[in-house]
Amino acid sequence: MIEISQFDSRPTCGRLALDPRARTHLVAAEDEGVGAILDIFTGASDARSRAILLYAETGDRGAPRSDSLVGLGWAAFHPAASRSALLADLDGVLDAATMGTRLYAAGSESFVGAVIARAAGFGVVPQSVIAEKRGSLARRVQCVHCKHVAEAVTVSPYRCPGCGQSLLVRDHFSRRLSAFQGVRIDAEMPGDIPPAQELTR
Amino acid sequence: MSGVEIPVRVTEIEQATPTIRRFRLARTDGGTLPPFAAGSHVVVLMPADGRTIRNAYSLVDRAEDGSSYRIGVLRTQESRGGSRFMHENVVVGSELRITMPVNLFPLFLPGRRHLLVAGGIGITPIYAMAEALRRTGADYQIHYAVRGEAHGAFITELRERHGDRLRLYRNDRQEILAMSDILPNQPLGTHLYVCGPAGMIEAVLEEGRAAGWPAENLHSERFQAPPSGNPFSVRLARAGITCEVRCDQSLLEALEAAGVDAPFLCRGGACGQCAVDVCEADGELIHNDHYLTPAERAAGKKIMLCVSRLAGRELVLDL
Repeated sequence: MIEISQFDSRPTCGRLALDPRARTHLVAAEDEGVGAILDIFTGASDARSRAILLYAETGDRGAPRSDSLVGLGWAAFHPAASRSALLADLDGVLDAATMGTRLYAAGSESFVGAVIARAAGFGVVPQSVIAEKRGSLARRVQCVHCKHVAEAVTVSPYRCPGCGQSLLVRDHFSRRLSAFQGVRIDAEMPGDIPPAQELTR
Repeated sequence: MSGVEIPVRVTEIEQATPTIRRFRLARTDGGTLPPFAAGSHVVVLMPADGRTIRNAYSLVDRAEDGSSYRIGVLRTQESRGGSRFMHENVVVGSELRITMPVNLFPLFLPGRRHLLVAGGIGITPIYAMAEALRRTGADYQIHYAVRGEAHGAFITELRERHGDRLRLYRNDRQEILAMSDILPNQPLGTHLYVCGPAGMIEAVLEEGRAAGWPAENLHSERFQAPPSGNPFSVRLARAGITCEVRCDQSLLEALEAAGVDAPFLCRGGACGQCAVDVCEADGELIHNDHYLTPAERAAGKKIMLCVSRLAGRELVLDL
């Protein structure tokens, strides 16, 4: 097994739970993340009536259809066809939001990180975001050499689509970029590239 | 354990309000004092008769050239000696020692707006924070509750620097600082900082929580004087020292009087630096800090030397 790194800067998050004191629930979910949202909001019609839901359905993982969410009595529902469209919507909602609003994020690790990073730009403390990881273990990784960001990396080492180097996926997580760092694995012994292994956590 | 101490001389004393004096402290060797981040405090070591009094005071500001700090000291009714010493014994020219600045009350600079709430002497760290925010062009408001205009020195300076960002609430005019007027409609990412009497801090924080503000957006600082209590005995298991804690003495002060270099930073129950493992307690631990979690208190394995004590006969510590 390749030693991934000596330290772990990966943010941890647990399960979603409603903040009973929040005046408004601002909820961002992507794909399977919506399952976590439904877990806490299904039996809570009052909370739904004070919830703004942003949902990105990026497609291929058999997540619930946006159509099934529409009729659930949200204060507002913003479906989006992509993560970037959702994040653009989120900027507008964050800009207009007032204190008393609690932010929730559910979906893959890179989605949760992207929502938290976006909100941090509005002065929201990352630790105050209630988040849950659902779905793929794939990682968003930035090549530290050419800065290319690869979405959905599932193995280490992987070949950087930007510069073609073989990169070791480290546990070093950038909150700003919502991405792990990939470093050239054969920097000291050029050509010495171990076989790729599945990222299992 | 207190770290570096800096010898200082008092170069100026100003009666800022009927009960608050401001002291300007310069290094005795004429050197430069370290810069500090707004919200920091120092511990002032006062050479009283037969003992050293140590009190934490928030830093108001630092001279542009770094040659001095200012602190504000309230003369408290129930002074345990520190504030009385500062008001009665300290004159221009007096020599004191201070510790390096420590910040337990920092600004969250990425905040979209900052609400600074102060009551009485609580203005000292808030003064420094407002100045830091003004310099960075941040969005901030100061809400300052005072007894009356006689609390003038701070008010005049704050008005000069912050104009209508300062809202004053004068008790003598029945002006009430009501959080219900302040909390609504603040933009997401607003941070609130409160310093003042314990009751005010608790009330402000509770109103913030009730309005759905995340705990991460609510900041406070409260240095508490160590409450007195019945005397008890303390034994240090590793050092093999036993000493008595008088009723008017804190555990930390008793250890210091016995020559023990015990750990501390804020001396007011806030920072956790002086938390020590309890080996045995023949009696009940009286936790007066606001650092240990309820679970830690219930476990009875740790005690904070600065403000907590034993109601009982003997306490054995892992020191």
